[in-house]
Amino acid sequence: MNATVSVAVASSTEPVLAQAPLLRIDGVGKSYGTVQVLSGCTLDVQRGEVVVICGPSGSGKSTLIKCVNGLVPFNAGRILCDGVDVGLGRQVDLVRLRTRVGMVFQNFELYPHLSVLENLCLAPVHVLRRPRSEAAERAHQLLVRVGLPDKAGSLPGQLSGGQQQRVAIARALAMDPIALLFDEPTSALDPEMVGEVLDVMVELARDGMTMMVVTHEMGFARKVADRVVFMDAGRIVETGTADGFFSEPTTERARGFLSRILSH
Amino acid sequence: MDAFDWGAVPAALPFLLDGMQLSLLLLAVGMLGGTALGLLVALLRLFGPRIPAAIAAAYVDGLRAIPLVLVLFWFYFLVPLAIGRPVGALPSALIAFVIFEAAYYSEIIRAGIGSVRSGQWQAAQALGMTRGQTLRLVVLPQALRAMLPILVTQAVILFQDTSLVYVIGLRDFMTATSISAEEGGRLVEFYAFAALVYLIVCSAGTELAHALQRRRSA
Ligand SMILES: Nc1ncnc2c1ncn2[C@@H]1O[C@H](COP(=O)(O)OP(=O)(O)O)[C@@H](O)[C@H]1O
Ligand SMILES: [Mg+2]
Repeated sequence: MNATVSVAVASSTEPVLAQAPLLRIDGVGKSYGTVQVLSGCTLDVQRGEVVVICGPSGSGKSTLIKCVNGLVPFNAGRILCDGVDVGLGRQVDLVRLRTRVGMVFQNFELYPHLSVLENLCLAPVHVLRRPRSEAAERAHQLLVRVGLPDKAGSLPGQLSGGQQQRVAIARALAMDPIALLFDEPTSALDPEMVGEVLDVMVELARDGMTMMVVTHEMGFARKVADRVVFMDAGRIVETGTADGFFSEPTTERARGFLSRILSH
Repeated sequence: MDAFDWGAVPAALPFLLDGMQLSLLLLAVGMLGGTALGLLVALLRLFGPRIPAAIAAAYVDGLRAIPLVLVLFWFYFLVPLAIGRPVGALPSALIAFVIFEAAYYSEIIRAGIGSVRSGQWQAAQALGMTRGQTLRLVVLPQALRAMLPILVTQAVILFQDTSLVYVIGLRDFMTATSISAEEGGRLVEFYAFAALVYLIVCSAGTELAHALQRRRSA
């Protein structure tokens, strides 16, 4: 532990480790063949912080958050997430990391052949080796929390998009994660279902969950985001508070982007 | 031969039934063994190290280029050589069917696995599942559902192919029928009966495949 950190916590009752960022993305670059998809991305996320990432389609948002839990391997820089060096992580480290950092996808990606309850129990039982009864009990609690207490026996295909996404959030929560990654969680939804999903996410944020959320939902960002990150062409171009970013973006590219999404 | 004499057919039924038993045994072993070995070959091709994957690919392409009759002949001669003592035609035929069907099943299974979209892999791995767990718990169950209609269609083809074992002296349903037909000189009656049986069994199979297909797309 270095001196700066010790000094920083001298006046605090928090343990030393709590002061280190939960997630440190440091100069990350990624290319597919000759196509550079991410370059020099640097971002720290503190415990309990909610970071919203926005930017035009193809700017590398999904790629960046998928680098965080090792779903996408990167070629340059370093990611430290909850103490795991993701780039160098051995498979066992990655598995451990992924049990602690959940992810919610644009297309829900519930397991279509399993009931909602089984969707929520699969990883706790097979990865965390929790007893089935315990996993099922927790699953029921979480279904209550996302407002779907009576859907345990349904198949994903029988639910609306908004309900499926809420189940997907519950599935991620079933692992008791310390952080959640969201990749455009409301982009595939009919407009009338966006609200029910965002409500669940706002609740989570207010409960202190650390979240990295790729979204263009400004209302959500203004309500709960501690910071907004704007990406363009594989780079983090601008970082600021939600109010600051949406009312007075500093870069030309962010202004262009905002005027485009506002005109929709 | 003046009029049709259908009486010969019921009289030969026990003999025909023995033949049918052999056909069904070949079908069952060919399907189950072929699917199991086919799964192994498909997984090797998709996820194996380079050299085993290449061997698996050569196995599939090689066997699919050879007629089943030839495979039956080979195994009839090769199996006794390989294990050093005569084994009889039946074990050779069973092994030949498993090996032959596995080549076809592996391609069906490979396509089935490929039909599961990559987001499913990511979702499972994002929850900490290993590749093996993802395959077993998430991908294969979906792939199997997707390929069930084709697996049934392949079983119908396999059922018809069981008639080829006559080349190594085995008596399946078709062979038993033709022996009975020749014996009593009642070719038309017996071959009509055999055609009816194949028609019923195979159209039932085909109907099942269609029903499964409809249920999937429903
Ligand atoms: N598997 C891949 N192979 C090649 N190029 C990819 C792949 N995945 C993403 N890309 C490219 O990387 C860029 C960034 O993609 P992505 O991270 O999905 O952007 P965003 O989520 O911001 O829309 C895009 O140009 C996309 O075409
Ligand atoms: Mg994206």
